[in-house]
Amino acid sequence: MLLIHCPYCDEDRSELEFAYAGEAHIARPADPSALSDDEWRDFLFVRSNPRGVHFERWRHINGCARFFNAARETVSDRFLATYKTGEPRPDLASLTGEKP
Amino acid sequence: MTHFSFAQVLKGALTGQKHWTAQWPEREPKAAYDVVIVGAGGHGLAAAYYLATQHGITNVAVIDKGWLGGGNTGRNTTIIRSNYLYDESARMYDHALDLWDDLSQELNYNVMYSKRGVLMLAHNQHDIQSFQRHVHSNRLNGVDNAWLSAKEAKLFCPPLDLNPNARYPVVGAALQRRAGTARHDAVAWGYARGAVARGVDIIQNCPVTAIRRDASGRVTGVETGKGFIAAKKVAVSAAGHTSVVMETAGVRLPLESYPLQALVSEPVKPCFPCVVMSNAVHAYVSQSDKGELVIGAGTDAYVSYSQRGGVHIIEHTLAAICEIFPMFRRMRMLRSWGGVVDLTPDRSPISGKTPVPGLYVNCGWGTGGFKATPGSGHVFAHTIARDEPHPINAPFTLERFTTGRLIDEAAAAAVAH
Repeated sequence: MLLIHCPYCDEDRSELEFAYAGEAHIARPADPSALSDDEWRDFLFVRSNPRGVHFERWRHINGCARFFNAARETVSDRFLATYKTGEPRPDLASLTGEKP
Repeated sequence: MTHFSFAQVLKGALTGQKHWTAQWPEREPKAAYDVVIVGAGGHGLAAAYYLATQHGITNVAVIDKGWLGGGNTGRNTTIIRSNYLYDESARMYDHALDLWDDLSQELNYNVMYSKRGVLMLAHNQHDIQSFQRHVHSNRLNGVDNAWLSAKEAKLFCPPLDLNPNARYPVVGAALQRRAGTARHDAVAWGYARGAVARGVDIIQNCPVTAIRRDASGRVTGVETGKGFIAAKKVAVSAAGHTSVVMETAGVRLPLESYPLQALVSEPVKPCFPCVVMSNAVHAYVSQSDKGELVIGAGTDAYVSYSQRGGVHIIEHTLAAICEIFPMFRRMRMLRSWGGVVDLTPDRSPISGKTPVPGLYVNCGWGTGGFKATPGSGHVFAHTIARDEPHPINAPFTLERFTTGRLIDEAAAAAVAH
């Protein structure tokens, strides 16, 4: 079971308090009627599904009930960072400790 | 290839069992192949086998990063059934069931296909309506499926607890008698042996790191741990890692990979006659021929390649099984493991061509690919050989996510994933 840090409550809590909410930073199209079928497919269905760092949304459903974002390594399941909704995604190099 | 027969077993018994030979030799990759299949699981090996036997294409390599059948083929709960809701799925999975019927004879390898029946329990009015809809749809499609009252279900599967005060009362069940289980490893081994006998190379412990394309966009081969291997056609059948491999060819897929867990109990005397699934509370169980209860748990909520899952997922499944089958309450569990499954948004597979010439993909089988192994390999081989879809996998294209012609089998996945 994962321990997840809620950036709003500022506490590490058990995964059971949280609901996963899919990949993060997928922006709703500003002008939906202008989208082609392929662009709709990409928005609705295509996901990055990386073997590595994944930016994803979680909701502290049994806590503050707020959505937030997280960067997690998908092989080790280790959380690299959690951050509030609306904040930009953190710099990958600083998270993984690698030199760019 | 040695032909297995009773006479051969008898001869072996009398000559000190010295007649056994390696069923597939270790091979170093050649510089070039007509077809390279990425992923030596059941689906990939079946495709290689049918390419060789039905399409005369034997210059084929099946490449795997681990050992043959060591991914989801060796990690599933070995359940075979075809009671899917929609016409397209019914054709696909029933085609597989037709091939399962005489697969042991076809491969000359005992895959231990046992038609012990799959019973799906209804616990409430909604389940009754949903399952009866499935039964009717299946029967219109010529797929075996029948509705049983609770008493009939109890007769078919005596361990069921029919106590009306049970936490999950059983109010009826759908039964597919033709469904059952098979030995998952034997399926991979049988296809591998059959394919190798016809000239296919199986290259294990050799990760495919990238798919290479030429200036026109056509595939030219694959980069592997053992160097570049040229190929006229590349077919990816890599289950949970499909999107990682396909990304290297510039193809992004509507897939997400999740860990799915299973577990087995200590072995006991035969006590459980069939496969039982309970959709509403997420429990499914059968007893292997070794005597272990084989139990399937759910997927974790999040994308992961870890091949293990959270303990609370297992706990949830076992709690439900203890409620439905009180006689299992004191059994001990021996092992649990996870596999990485690739789920599509509509929970139906993708099998066919891709926008890249010469590149084919068979993926998205999600939590239920084992049952389809022969049928999936059969139609995928047709697609690779003829460069056009087989009528059975034609609806399962990648384009359906653009056209919107989805095959929404979420409710038919039998358990809530």
